[in-house]
Amino acid sequence: MTQKTALNATHRELGARMVDFGGWDMPISYGSQIEEHHAVRRDAGMFDVSHMTVVDLHGARVRDFLRHLVANSVDKLKVQGKALYTCMLNEQGGVIDDLIVYFLGDEFFRLVVNAATRDKDLAWIEKQAKAFDVTAQERPDFAMIAVQGPHARAKVIGLLHEVDRARIEKLGRFAAAAAQGPHGVPLFIARTGYTGEDGFEIIVPDDQAVALWKELAAAGVAPCGLGARDTLRLEAGMNLYGQDMDETVTPWEAGLAWTISLDEGRNFIGRKALEAQKAAGVTRALVGLVLDDKGVLRHGQKVLTPSGEGEILSGGFAPTLNKSVAFARVPADATGNVRVDIRGREVPVRVVKFPFVRDGKPCEGI
Amino acid sequence: MSASEIPGDLKFLKSHEWARVEDNGLIRVGISNHAQEQLGDLVYVELPEIGASVQAGTGAATVESVKAASDIYSPVSGEVVEVNENLADKPETINEDAYGEGWLFVVKASDRSELDELLDADAYAELIENDDH
Repeated sequence: MTQKTALNATHRELGARMVDFGGWDMPISYGSQIEEHHAVRRDAGMFDVSHMTVVDLHGARVRDFLRHLVANSVDKLKVQGKALYTCMLNEQGGVIDDLIVYFLGDEFFRLVVNAATRDKDLAWIEKQAKAFDVTAQERPDFAMIAVQGPHARAKVIGLLHEVDRARIEKLGRFAAAAAQGPHGVPLFIARTGYTGEDGFEIIVPDDQAVALWKELAAAGVAPCGLGARDTLRLEAGMNLYGQDMDETVTPWEAGLAWTISLDEGRNFIGRKALEAQKAAGVTRALVGLVLDDKGVLRHGQKVLTPSGEGEILSGGFAPTLNKSVAFARVPADATGNVRVDIRGREVPVRVVKFPFVRDGKPCEGI
Repeated sequence: MSASEIPGDLKFLKSHEWARVEDNGLIRVGISNHAQEQLGDLVYVELPEIGASVQAGTGAATVESVKAASDIYSPVSGEVVEVNENLADKPETINEDAYGEGWLFVVKASDRSELDELLDADAYAELIENDDH
């Protein structure tokens, strides 16, 4: 059965076009997807991301558990509220999911994992948690709203209780804190996002989500659908689970080497496989592609390089650049004359470093 | 006229292309307002060459929106005599005016009886009505 977030009726009232997204009935856009994209790059937009799964971990050995469970090192989390982006791997080094870990106390961490992978994630986490006496508690009582854009933080802070404003104003990137929203609603505010813009992701009790959404709209935050979220994250060079990586791919092959921490003495799941692959040489790489010509790069298109074939993972039109960009998985040494097969036509593309866009502007060389 | 109203002089394929018989007998072709709404913002249009021959019900052009690429079928067979060059720089014209400035190409029909196979405006309105439910 299709699941609905607390904001479902609100999206429909706004005339959103709804689609099934990993078993959830979600808004793809409310009008023009491109205008929603620009709203986030230039001002402030908000996304209902309540379909994402919040899992609270409690236990005396919860930190040890996470040192074992994920490929990035939670030892980097020293200050309460700090967050870490990481992959959770299987023994073969394949990516089970990507997630954010929040350090909320010596015996309390919070995870936010993808909606489409909820069941297998929970099963895996619970299985691994037993040996550490850690409990994993899903929080379906929460909704989540991402508010993103150069003016997003100011618009959110304006809605907070006065006593919290200065503290949330100072909240660093990739950190979270509790605060009181309109009418004293308890909020969990994280300075994170999936758009390449500054902003917050706000966890709010389910029954308060509509009120918060409406206050944000009244403050001039534009409702944006998952369509714009996808073009924004692509421009920002951020991976999408299931499209850019999955259990058959290691972080080395998915442009996620920066999230692997091979710190001494930490035996996380998948480490042996990652080390073996690195020693043998990683044969595939995730690269950015730019199409300067007209046309649109799409998922599944074949990439032709002098070192062999690859394929487009995430691809699409980038509204900020007014051209198409993509991630592709190609032979690791692929350079030079690279082309993409678009409906039988071989179109030359440039291999570039990503992100393509950051903080509203095209990156150098894009 | 509101964007959702369908001009009565148009005929349609079930795949959402429209055909209009011009005063000079040529057939102008585009996609319906319903189709552009379903596709979302259009970002690229690949049109046939002038002089190309097209077959009724087969792919003659491609439109790409932020979401997907879609083949556009010609409602009638014949020769392409004009294409909408403005769409190269402004594909969003299709979103703004699907039945007017957002036309795609013009065909000199080789078999005008093919027009009788198409849906009239009322039948098309009914089709998309059922589509929505």
